[in-house]
Amino acid sequence: MTSTNIDDPRGLGRARIPPSRGRSSRGLARAARRVASFVFSLAVTLFGLLLVTFLIARVVPLDPVLAVVGDRATQAQYDAARVELGLDRPIPEQFVRYVGDVLTGDLGTANLTGQPVLKDIGRTFPNTLELATFATILGIVLGIPGGVVGAVYQGRWPDQVIRVVGLLGYSMPVFWLGLVALLIFYGTLGWAPGPGRLDVTQQFTYEFDVTRYTGSVILDSALSGAWDVFRNAVAHLILPAAVLGYFSMAYISRMTRSFMLEQLGQEYITAARVKGVPEWRVIWVHALGNAMVPLITVIVLSYASLLEGSVLTETVFAWPGLGLYVTQALFAADFNAVLGGTLVIGAMFIVLNLLSDILYTIVDPRAR
Amino acid sequence: MTQAHGDALLSVRDLSVTFDTRRGPFQAVRGISFDVGRERVGIVGESGSGKSMTGRAILGLVRAPGRVAASCLTFDGIDMRNLPERQMRRIRGQRVSMVMQDPRYSLNPVMTVGRQIAEALRVHGRPPRDEIRRRSLDMLNEVQIRDPERVLKAYPHELSGGMGQRVMIAMMLVTEPELLIADEPTSALDVTVQLEVLRILDDLVRRRGMGLIFISHDLRLVSTFCDRVLVMYRGRIVEEIEARRLHEAKHPYTQGLLNCLPRIGGGHGDLPTLQRQQAWKDA
Repeated sequence: MTSTNIDDPRGLGRARIPPSRGRSSRGLARAARRVASFVFSLAVTLFGLLLVTFLIARVVPLDPVLAVVGDRATQAQYDAARVELGLDRPIPEQFVRYVGDVLTGDLGTANLTGQPVLKDIGRTFPNTLELATFATILGIVLGIPGGVVGAVYQGRWPDQVIRVVGLLGYSMPVFWLGLVALLIFYGTLGWAPGPGRLDVTQQFTYEFDVTRYTGSVILDSALSGAWDVFRNAVAHLILPAAVLGYFSMAYISRMTRSFMLEQLGQEYITAARVKGVPEWRVIWVHALGNAMVPLITVIVLSYASLLEGSVLTETVFAWPGLGLYVTQALFAADFNAVLGGTLVIGAMFIVLNLLSDILYTIVDPRAR
Repeated sequence: MTQAHGDALLSVRDLSVTFDTRRGPFQAVRGISFDVGRERVGIVGESGSGKSMTGRAILGLVRAPGRVAASCLTFDGIDMRNLPERQMRRIRGQRVSMVMQDPRYSLNPVMTVGRQIAEALRVHGRPPRDEIRRRSLDMLNEVQIRDPERVLKAYPHELSGGMGQRVMIAMMLVTEPELLIADEPTSALDVTVQLEVLRILDDLVRRRGMGLIFISHDLRLVSTFCDRVLVMYRGRIVEEIEARRLHEAKHPYTQGLLNCLPRIGGGHGDLPTLQRQQAWKDA
């Protein structure tokens, strides 16, 4: 081929692709724009969340004052508490005050525990995070291969088995599954420890000997070298994480199966087979590589829903997580705690959205 | 109807492809026979005539619920019926390859061009890295892509249609196969690019002395491009004719295909409607 291509006078064969993107100024500008839009959406979403939750908290027929002073208080005590809580002011003023406090990092004091809400969240949220994370890992590790196998053996017995197992996960209420799991593995077989985050003796060691680096019992005990506490914390995690992970697995495998079926029907799959690519590579590299693109959203959304929605699991397993905390706060008309918890869950959703955006650009070159 | 070629690369006898549907079996290809040597054979027919299915059946790429049957299906003397998957893979890609219709769908969107071309080489005997790179670049040069270094790093969505199809051709020919099945290789491209891609394909086939099965719905295109033309209708070969004798075609369906194209300088009358007769099904 000569340098002046006479067969290609119009240069149709010339690469019409953008120059390689290194750390160019354009790349930096794009990153800056992304960060700015993230911060903006974070602020707007949290503000909206705060407003709605605040209004709901103020219109529900629950009396936070009564929750504080009890129903035997005199009218004078009641009024004093009402003023102290700031509930005598007009609602807009209450809201402005609350937002101002939140901006300075003060989420108020929880009547339920007598502690600052922020501290309570720092104690409960890591537990929820541990539970949801392990459940999601379980869901990914079992769900993706399950979905792939189901798609490859579409309609045959491995597919049917996986589908029935998944359907069971879908249709059983989580609290029931949790109770049955406790009954079998704790009550009858004695393989798993009972409800709670730690055994009482380990709880004692944890309270006094373990340094709180992260707030996560598992991480902190490992970092402090308290291996008895670590083992016990993991043992307590297995059963609730398995129950939650079952649901995650059911959902992820179902979605993986349908994304894989879609990808396996594509022409590039046939092209790979034409090249002589072994079937395992066609499935696990070509098809799954493309199915991962929509799967990322599914996985992140399921993770987010486990973070906010594991209230029932936390209740059944007496798991001191955020879901249980917020629910108890709600029953006790402890609105500072409810608002704080809601805020954290909302922020988590936004962070996970960002995470899914980042993962997207890694998996899909078209999104870059 | 087919004279046996002693030096045939590919020999097909009574090939049929059947799909079991709820309303009973449907035959997409109904007992066709032909040979392909180191020559260029065109398969022409309207959509649904079974021409694409024929190409895929040869490569063993008809998936369930489709079933392939033949009394003879040999490539270079190797019986490809019921060949174990491992040995079939050795033929596929390495000795018989296929260029597909639309590069937008036939290239993996999340893999770079370089990896996709390298994969074709790598699955057949793992050559060293620098050899893979050299052969990939040479191949991209052969399909007249400028700046092949950059194209190797590009993703399919960053290529134009014409470039995508050149990459497809490069990917399928980099292993230097002896027989190429081109399934409507230019139908998805702009008219302006079609001829260039065809010329590149023609050039490569000629220089390497490959056999070519050119599948198309465009009878005139096929006749300028191939030595021999098989005309398919409803899963059967209704006529086999040398390309330069196309005007002597006897079968009314072939004549119909020829006549339904307008001619420059021809009359301005209505174009004739393509005749389809039930009887031809069993011709």
